[in-house]
Amino acid sequence: MIIDQHAPIDGSGEVIPAHGLSRRDFLRAGAAAGGGLVLSVSLPFGNGEAEDAFVPNALIRIGGDGQIVLTMPYVEMGQGTYTSIPMLIAEELEVDLKQIRLEHAPPNEKVYINPLLGEQATGNSNAMRGAWQPLRQAGATAKTMLVAAAAKKWNVDPASCRAQNAEILHDATGRKIGYGAVAADAARMPVPDKVALKPPQDFRLIGRPLKRLDTPAKVNGTAVFGIDARPPGVKIATLAQSPAFGGRVKSVDDTAAKAVKGVRQIVRLDDAVAVVADHMGAAKKGLAALVIEWDDGPNAKLNTDDIASVLEKATLTPGAVAQNIGDVEKALAGAQTKVEATYQLPFLAHAAMEPMNCTVHVRRDACEVWVGSQAIARVQKSAAKATGLPLDKVVVHNHLLGGGFGRRLEVDGVIRAVEIAKHVDGPVKVVWTREEDIQHDMYRPHWFDRLSGGLDEKGRPVAWDNRFAGSSVIARYIPAAFNKGLDPDTTEGAIDLAYKLPNMRVQYVRVEPPGIPTAFWRSVGPSHNVFVTESFMDELAAAAKQDPVAFRSALMTESPRAKAVLELAAQKAGWGQPLPERTGRGVSFQFVFGTYMAQIAEVEVATSGAVRVRRVVCAVDCGTAINPDTVQAQIQSGIIFGTTAALYGEITLKNGRVEQTNFDSYQMLRIDEAPSIEVHIVPSSEPPGGMGETGTSAIVPAIANAIFAATGKRLRKMPVDVAMLKQSP
Amino acid sequence: MAFAIKVNGNTHNVDADGDTPLLWILRDVLGMTGTKFGCGMALCGACTVHINGEPTRSCITPIDSIGTSEVTTIEAIGKTTAGAKIQKAWLDREVVQCGYCQSGQIMSAAALLASKPHPTDSDINDAMSGNICRCGTYVRIREAIKLAASN
Repeated sequence: MIIDQHAPIDGSGEVIPAHGLSRRDFLRAGAAAGGGLVLSVSLPFGNGEAEDAFVPNALIRIGGDGQIVLTMPYVEMGQGTYTSIPMLIAEELEVDLKQIRLEHAPPNEKVYINPLLGEQATGNSNAMRGAWQPLRQAGATAKTMLVAAAAKKWNVDPASCRAQNAEILHDATGRKIGYGAVAADAARMPVPDKVALKPPQDFRLIGRPLKRLDTPAKVNGTAVFGIDARPPGVKIATLAQSPAFGGRVKSVDDTAAKAVKGVRQIVRLDDAVAVVADHMGAAKKGLAALVIEWDDGPNAKLNTDDIASVLEKATLTPGAVAQNIGDVEKALAGAQTKVEATYQLPFLAHAAMEPMNCTVHVRRDACEVWVGSQAIARVQKSAAKATGLPLDKVVVHNHLLGGGFGRRLEVDGVIRAVEIAKHVDGPVKVVWTREEDIQHDMYRPHWFDRLSGGLDEKGRPVAWDNRFAGSSVIARYIPAAFNKGLDPDTTEGAIDLAYKLPNMRVQYVRVEPPGIPTAFWRSVGPSHNVFVTESFMDELAAAAKQDPVAFRSALMTESPRAKAVLELAAQKAGWGQPLPERTGRGVSFQFVFGTYMAQIAEVEVATSGAVRVRRVVCAVDCGTAINPDTVQAQIQSGIIFGTTAALYGEITLKNGRVEQTNFDSYQMLRIDEAPSIEVHIVPSSEPPGGMGETGTSAIVPAIANAIFAATGKRLRKMPVDVAMLKQSP
Repeated sequence: MAFAIKVNGNTHNVDADGDTPLLWILRDVLGMTGTKFGCGMALCGACTVHINGEPTRSCITPIDSIGTSEVTTIEAIGKTTAGAKIQKAWLDREVVQCGYCQSGQIMSAAALLASKPHPTDSDINDAMSGNICRCGTYVRIREAIKLAASN
């Protein structure tokens, strides 16, 4: 398979009006302009609500030359989508993965834009969940129509034909014909009302650990990320944005900067200054030579503690009720034992390895953008708005992403690049330094949570009351999905637990902190809620003097899949077996993104307080594991990502400025600190759950609970506080 | 200042300030974008190249320090025995995720394998802990280095 990173912007939109409309409203078939069969598919995003109108966002095109092209809205950012998505079509279409060519969906064709979110976006671990049924059905539909066309040509019963390896065969007469030769005829065949999907035992591809298709270019330097775009004549710019969010440029002395060899131009914006140069070396040197005076604006005195105290107070006021089972207050009043705790999670930066960047060429009547984005339609819209051009005059080239993690769902970097490019003659690539990338991220929200729990005389939990405060990213990003003070992401992992709790109440108080923008961050809502839920569950088990695994398992009477993964993880980890002093095991369980997962972390705490995560055992039931090797890789990845957050992750503000700057002050886990990771996948033929984020949310409480087991000290505020864990003499 | 630098066996004449980091000469002047920018302070290893076979962070290596040394980048590392073995092992073990840091990881690993054909875990830690992978491919990087060493 070829991955075409520069798909034609309008070459794929050549769908001639649908020939027949399938009864299922996610699929249509038609003829391609060049002769061939086109299936347009409407893949659900987000919460999968039904749409009124048919708006396709993926196209499968089988050309007269037999070439199969899939144009799809999901992006590759390391999670393996470019392999797993084509697997679904190839499985039913009876072709090899290598026979499918993949193109990024261009943003400026109306057909690709999904009205549900108002855009096409890859996030919230929903690509495979959304594509699972429709893409297999699309593949089966195309195959059925191709077979029908061949059968008609041969004047035989379609049932006497079969498809194999991109050919239709008629065994009785030994005839065979390639897909390309009947593609144009197939487009005139009626769309079948329904098609049978293969039973799991017949899968050739799904469930097999297939090699990823995007990898070879990534080991020899030829893969093209957004930062590698080099349109002819491109200049390189780097920038300084107001150190305090909301501040402005007061004055700039650019005399020395202009004297730097290779510096071409200084662009002054209201709240940022950019240096445009022949290369990044000159741009950085020029930036360092600028003398900028800032007006720090309304957030000049803002510190993280101020935000934390606002959030803490907010948890003393009633919130929007996300879930309410039984009568919590009555149950708490009657409980034998009461447990109370508050938790805090810090702001976090994304710190994708590819620093933020965007290349833009603004002409009088058009604008061209080169970027790696999780939300390409949003890129186009924001560039149109920033230039004042109509949408169809903005062309966006999407690229591979050097890490997304939620950062590249945002378009602040695109808007910034357009603002700069408007002052530059010719294309300009705006590359953020790592310092700018960390200090002008949009951050995982800071959270404050207040919990009360009650146990009966047998130590069984009879009350669970959780009230938390923080930012709703959804309310800003998809305002329509924020209703009555709640949204589906902010509460995921806090409600609808796999545990049977007779009296449970969860309330959310939305507080948007001033002076610091917030955004989705890998594992989104669960990155916060799973930590709190699983920490407090551990506290209840300790208060009940019960084993943390047994305590959880006893609450899973109505969720056999949950119980199975928990017990599998415990068994594989050797739960209960003795460990050295100051070493402990901690457990976490979650059911989020449609996937059941249990993790057991084995942690060693040195007398200095330094924490080492030695080993992590993970059991997962993600339904059908489409590509088990990718499932394993994503769990390994998520665990490392979450371990970084647990041990080191914290963004703090002082006088309105982010204090962390680069990988020295915002540390990442390194290979010598990485735990061994074992992944055990529960075989299943249920629909697939999400995998890109699950590992991250599950590991943080597992580590905190392991530290408790090792030291008796409960971490209620992340990241790990080494001073607190130091052994007192 | 004009400099003649030898990259992957070819000599290139470039005109830039002597303190310009090699990284930007490679990426922006010569258009060899396989070498990546990650931090600009030798903290992450994404920009690793070989200078006379030694793994070097090109983001802090000024162009005037290179002289007649041979610069090798990810684009040509596959022509070395160790580099080819590492690339193959990376594919066989399916190390890569987003892939952005992998040029640097492969350059560090190739240098390790060239100097120590049978590295221990401790050798791997020493050689590779300067390279950050945000996707967390460390488990497989370790396995792939061992796989390359066994071939």
